Amino acid sequence: MFSELSKRLKKDKIARISLAIIILYFAVALFTQAGLLLPDFDKVNYTESYQPPSASHICGTDYLGRDVFSRILHGTRVAISVGIVSSFIAIPIGVLLGCISGFFGGKIDEFVVWLYTTLDSVPGLLLIMALSLVLGRGLYAVYLALGLTTWVSLCRLIRSEFIKHREREYVLAAKALGAGSLRQIFIHILPNVFHIVIINFSLRFVYAIQSEVILSYLGLGAQDMPSWGIMINDAKVELARGVWWQLTGATGAMFLLILAFNIFGDFLRDTLDPKLRGVE
Amino acid sequence: MLNYIIRRILYAIPILFGIILITFLLFNVVGGNPVYQMLGKHATQEQIKEFEHEYGFDKSLFIDFQALKNAEIIKTFDSQFVFFIKQVITFDFGRSYSSKQKITTMIADGIVPSLSLAVPSFIIGVIVALIIAFICAYYRNTLIDRFTVIASVLGMSISVLAYIIGGQYILAYKMGWLPISGYESGINAIPYLILPALIWIINSLGSDVRFFRTVILDEINQNYVRTAYAKGLSPQKTLFKHVLKNAMIPIITALVIVIPYLYTGSLLLENFFGIPGLGNMTINAIANSDFPVVKFMTFTGALIYVIFNTLSDILYSVVDPRVRLK
Repeated sequence: MFSELSKRLKKDKIARISLAIIILYFAVALFTQAGLLLPDFDKVNYTESYQPPSASHICGTDYLGRDVFSRILHGTRVAISVGIVSSFIAIPIGVLLGCISGFFGGKIDEFVVWLYTTLDSVPGLLLIMALSLVLGRGLYAVYLALGLTTWVSLCRLIRSEFIKHREREYVLAAKALGAGSLRQIFIHILPNVFHIVIINFSLRFVYAIQSEVILSYLGLGAQDMPSWGIMINDAKVELARGVWWQLTGATGAMFLLILAFNIFGDFLRDTLDPKLRGVE
Repeated sequence: MLNYIIRRILYAIPILFGIILITFLLFNVVGGNPVYQMLGKHATQEQIKEFEHEYGFDKSLFIDFQALKNAEIIKTFDSQFVFFIKQVITFDFGRSYSSKQKITTMIADGIVPSLSLAVPSFIIGVIVALIIAFICAYYRNTLIDRFTVIASVLGMSISVLAYIIGGQYILAYKMGWLPISGYESGINAIPYLILPALIWIINSLGSDVRFFRTVILDEINQNYVRTAYAKGLSPQKTLFKHVLKNAMIPIITALVIVIPYLYTGSLLLENFFGIPGLGNMTINAIANSDFPVVKFMTFTGALIYVIFNTLSDILYSVVDPRVRLK
């Protein structure tokens, strides 16, 4: 799988650039988290409030005279962390439930299908907003809300693949050789459907980042740290006063990251999905 | 046929129960009793009692064990959960914390503004996206097609917030072509709805065009299309007579799923443009921590989804008898 990926990656220049952009954002998130990059993002300077972009502040300053560019880079931390943490909650739930319900069928399957159909009935954003409201405002609530609601599509895909694969000859052969259920699931079938997890991981980032920005914008997300949603919320009032740089900067940063994820997600799907590769 | 309809309705019952359970867990178990949040630290004992009684927080969650010991059967089951089920069945959702209005009335008032934004935007958006997708499919692999695909991906990557703030700033504030925000009832609502509708359409265009184009191109590679060409049909005729009809099946399936979501309109659009619909109501309720409103919006949203899904499955079985046998 990975050799195929790197072979295709060598040919596809746009996918390579997208990957580079994603890595860059991850690096920025890591370095700002470690305090190595632009640690002065919270430095207030009232004499310099609402400065338009200049050589010393390439994205201008906000109402407290803080450097917008540093705050955008620190906003990356929130966006990336939401993507990663919510994935660490959702992917294990989705994969595990998908595996067991698809493999065993019967009562377990009925229960899992009931569970995700129920969750899926509640309009997505409404459920996420309700969850982060009852969990209390803050970033941890956003992690949990996104993690606990977004496993459904992955679970559904894994389940239907498992239903197909459990009757395949290679699985029957493993069973005939004495492999138990756990071995059949994790050693034999899961590696064959794992591309779904990778594709899902890159696509869910887009959803996670967009949701985080909307939740922070509504005051449910990040509280005392720079977030693109909060910056956009601040900027909505400032725009009438001609302060365009905070809005443009935050949306631009978000746009580039989501674009990169969209393109790279498509590339992953085209490369890894056996149906699109014409193998299956 | 009747057999299938009954089976399908019975299938919805455990889902409805699941929704009641999830909403209850979310707001009563996780959310808990918000009495101090609502009344402040200095509320009197009577105020607290009155509040807890009105919203049922003076009851136990599921089963009153104290009453069970005393063998009082009715009191045993007089719990928050039963209280909630009673509210759901009678469609009496109690009152909002902040406005003290009846939630059922609030929902009834909000539904018209929501739908008058959502329905036209949705229909026009889909039609425009379909036209663009067909043009793309007709000119596939030419510059027009490539350009549209790139534009769709770019459009999908822009945040809806950017569309809203940018659109309002440029078209309403700078140009003054449309009102900045507000709403009037009846026919006077139209000028207020144009801008949010426009933003809705532009925001959904990217992903719609891309999806429709993929579906149409999948269809174009089918055997019957080759047969149509082989018997001498023109590309236009093949595309519009044969491909269109077949491509509509997956497209309609995808659209039907989205329709129940229309009732909330667009949460953000309504809030931003001051349209007094359900989306606006929900966002205000979230801002005020108005739990009962959010609770019943969540519940009603899910309820409509289930009803709609059941109906559309039954309709499908009328159109396509194969569905019934599954």
